[in-house]
Amino acid sequence: MEEIRIEREADIVAVRQRVRELAKEYRFDQFEVAALTTAASELSRNVWVHAKRGVARISILHNGSKVGVELQFADSGPGIADLNRVLAGGFSTAKSLGLGLSGTKRLVDDFNIDTEPGRGTKVVVRKWKKDY
Amino acid sequence: MSSGAIPILQLVSTLLATIQIDLHDTVVDAFQNDVLEEIERTGANGLIIDISALETVDSYVARMLANTGKMAKLMGSETVIVGMRPAVAATLVRMGYFMEGIETALSLEEGLQLHANRSKDKPE
Repeated sequence: MEEIRIEREADIVAVRQRVRELAKEYRFDQFEVAALTTAASELSRNVWVHAKRGVARISILHNGSKVGVELQFADSGPGIADLNRVLAGGFSTAKSLGLGLSGTKRLVDDFNIDTEPGRGTKVVVRKWKKDY
Repeated sequence: MSSGAIPILQLVSTLLATIQIDLHDTVVDAFQNDVLEEIERTGANGLIIDISALETVDSYVARMLANTGKMAKLMGSETVIVGMRPAVAATLVRMGYFMEGIETALSLEEGLQLHANRSKDKPE
């Protein structure tokens, strides 16, 4: 497991680049690499924009012959009051399209979010490499 | 004054911006202002943004690119985004973002051709 702190805007790029390197190293195809990298970018931006600081954890998963990547993003920011509306999409803030969370959900195999107003947000996503 | 992070070249009446770096949000913001100022300075009626080097275009960058095109259009300059990689196109559509209202072309050559055709069709 690797940990990258998100404390500056440049850390969004750092998380994105590390996820891209790892996904390529484990031979995800270009579509999977783009999906994972984009998910990492959306979720780290959420941390930066809404909480100003937090942490990204990147893990490689093995399940039999299957390989996956797990991304965790945790912050102690304001949390999300109206989660259903945010996940339905179209809920945009100044810095988003309203597609950050709803769009990310469509890019990964598993998507879990734990949030409460005033208590912060934790998002865990997983994507498994396809076998052809 | 251009921030210079993304070079903007002038080819006759078209501006060409080639994005070759992994974009920080602040670089995208600065690029938007630079492009609009360059359009004013040069009077260019066409803008081509080459994103063939970009492996990732997230929703923020996609929206900023689309908005830059809309702003350029208000100024009288037509934008073509060229060279979007297959994985970038697939990712944006899966996320539900279609870059509506923005013209695209497969390559720089095709983008230049689109602009050339447009100037030809335009009555003087």
